[in-house]
Amino acid sequence: MRGIRKAFGPVKVLEGVDFELLPGEVHALMGENGAGKSTLMKVLTGVHKADAGEIEVDGQTVSMGSTTDAEKHGIAIIHQELNLIPHLSVTENLFLGRELNTLGLLHRRAMRQRAREWLAHVGMQSIDPDLPVARFSIGQQQMIEIAKALGQNARVLIMDEPTAALSERETDTLFALIRELRSKGTGIVYVSHRMEEIFVLCDRISVLRDGHFVGSRPIPGLSLDEVVQMMVGRSLEARFPTREVTPGEILLKVEQLGDKHVHDISFDLRAGEVLGVAGLMGAGRTELARLLFGLDKATHGRVLLDGQPIHTRTPVQAIHAGLGFVTEDRKAQGLVLDLSLRENISLPRVPSRAGIIDRATEKRQTQGLVEQLKIRTRDMELPVRALSGGNQQKVVLAKWLALKPRVLILDEPTRGVDVGGKAEIYQIINQLVKNGVAILMISSELPEVLAMSDRILVMHEGHATALLDAATATQETVMLAATGGH
Amino acid sequence: MTNRFSFGNGAALLQRLGSVIGLLLLLIALSVLSPDFLNAGNLLTVLRQVSINALIAFGMTFVILAGGIDLSVGAILAFTGAITAGVMASGHGMLLAIGAGLGLGLLLGVINGVLVSWGRVAPFIATLGTMTLLRGLTLSYTQGQPIGVSNNSFALLGDGYIAHLIPNPVVWMFGVFLLCAFLLRGTVFGRHVFALGGNEEAARLSGVRINAMKLGVYGLSGLLSAFAGIVLTSRLYSAQATAGSGYELDAIAAVVLGGTSLAGGRGWLFGTLVGALLIGFLNNGLNLLGVSSFYQQVVKGAVILIAVLLDRRK
Repeated sequence: MRGIRKAFGPVKVLEGVDFELLPGEVHALMGENGAGKSTLMKVLTGVHKADAGEIEVDGQTVSMGSTTDAEKHGIAIIHQELNLIPHLSVTENLFLGRELNTLGLLHRRAMRQRAREWLAHVGMQSIDPDLPVARFSIGQQQMIEIAKALGQNARVLIMDEPTAALSERETDTLFALIRELRSKGTGIVYVSHRMEEIFVLCDRISVLRDGHFVGSRPIPGLSLDEVVQMMVGRSLEARFPTREVTPGEILLKVEQLGDKHVHDISFDLRAGEVLGVAGLMGAGRTELARLLFGLDKATHGRVLLDGQPIHTRTPVQAIHAGLGFVTEDRKAQGLVLDLSLRENISLPRVPSRAGIIDRATEKRQTQGLVEQLKIRTRDMELPVRALSGGNQQKVVLAKWLALKPRVLILDEPTRGVDVGGKAEIYQIINQLVKNGVAILMISSELPEVLAMSDRILVMHEGHATALLDAATATQETVMLAATGGH
Repeated sequence: MTNRFSFGNGAALLQRLGSVIGLLLLLIALSVLSPDFLNAGNLLTVLRQVSINALIAFGMTFVILAGGIDLSVGAILAFTGAITAGVMASGHGMLLAIGAGLGLGLLLGVINGVLVSWGRVAPFIATLGTMTLLRGLTLSYTQGQPIGVSNNSFALLGDGYIAHLIPNPVVWMFGVFLLCAFLLRGTVFGRHVFALGGNEEAARLSGVRINAMKLGVYGLSGLLSAFAGIVLTSRLYSAQATAGSGYELDAIAAVVLGGTSLAGGRGWLFGTLVGALLIGFLNNGLNLLGVSSFYQQVVKGAVILIAVLLDRRK
């Protein structure tokens, strides 16, 4: 790809980007949110048409007018949100839109046979291709998507944040597959915010910043600091800002809380404390948060705030008691994408008198939070759909900060957020803690949990297996408890 | 001030203006084509005809914006109209009759709301059920006979004029429009309607009382349908069991023509007013031009399809 330019209306998203992928190469594409990675990949796969620039495949200039063109040239993309139809079988999904048929009559047996072969290529020969896709884990579904892409003779595979929803073991399986594909000559574009993965997996890295191509470097010999510097154009002082706050009184006390997913969880949370919650996918961390926030009903146990039992049977009651919940899936649960930034931020409590919205106060409050959280937007009245991931996450945070919660639950607060945005979110967390807010932070990123928490609650299959002091905990002790070993 | 009824930014507003431009083009075309079209008498007659559909469509806008649909509006109109007429026929006063009609409409709407919120029935099915049920109740209550109204002050509601010129139903239409527009854009209730239709899960997590909101929007729809039923009964001096047949589809057409998304979360009330006017002027124009009523339906259907197709293109 050479000199790719793309603008949406007046907004220039790509301003002359070059990108090159060799056969048998795993090429990391990095950049902060809004740097233009997704747009570049959409141009490559024919979703968007470039305003200028050219694309060559095997040295031939090609036109990439539609996704069908991309498919013809062997370019496939595995999206972060998987594109499978849950209730159709694996075979039906693999052949969706290109079913083997004679005059509309399906060749079921041939397709099933071919499906088995494709699945075997990705090490999934053991699964039954007749079962509906919904029966498989996210990790397995991803493998099915890869099998589908390879079945269509993809020679270029683009993977967008493929490990975001995977457990450690599934990630290992995925990496093994990527390495195998590489050895067979498939070119892989790997988009991820997880630095650790880039260094473990990739051969080369290209960085975009504000729609410009910053550079392309081989990974061996490159340091993390250099990558960060390429991405943000400056070196970050530290990935995790320091905090000097001594936790105060016990604010929230949870006693033997449980339902069918979560068993007898007890802990204290102090004002000005960050309690990290670590564990593998499915350990019951989000379920614990849902119980506290009244989204699911606890079957036993109780929750005390300031020593008084509180009843949070619904989110309305939880919010009233002083709780806030930043959910892990901001698009599905955190934001109303068609509403503006202002309307999203004020949603939990619209400034009003007798039901009539006080627009002046609402604007002032939003303006204050936009400045405080450094949310970058041209216009507070734009739908939040138009914002980048990091800025959307800040809008979700702002929504809860507007309520001045006493206890804030954060579920994967930096998922899908770039390095610069992460540091800003950490600073916001530190500021909250300084103001005496108690924070329960669920995170799958161990370095984040270790650096940001005062104490760490580790969960495994719905049970609390350890409560560690973050100062002395290590990745190993946390992982040991998270896998149920002692 | 520009934010109160608009969409907050120019591009989005422009996108919505399609229906307004369509209405203006239609008005110009009809003025040129028919010499009888452009005079105050004809225009006010059309506005009076439109008012019933517009009143229902305003309520429908709230329901659709909140991610639902209400098929029972025509049946509620007929039932509440019959009850209002029946209360007066049995010797009670006008105010009691109107109060009974409006209260019943609100109650029926709230029942729809209970079905779709706590009952978790899909709105299409729930309101299809209440529609059928109410049609049956209306027929058995009226025994299929019209219920006449002889109360003269009641008749003013739908058949009177302000300053001997403007029909009262037109006044109701614009009055209710202003109230509803303010309710939608100026109040927390209205904000929550958009949030509910835009992303129910996010709204619930933000502490929006989802079930109460659903009672609210369906209740409002029922209330406005009852009001439309009372105005119609007043204008016709009688309540008919079959009144309002197919009005639910006219109301939905007005909402969609106005640019509100059937998927919820996006739309505006002014568009619904424009949509209702479009349908009304189209009917009137085709009548004036002497188009047979058979073809009128064809044209109306085609206009709806073209409008929605154009809207999807954007």
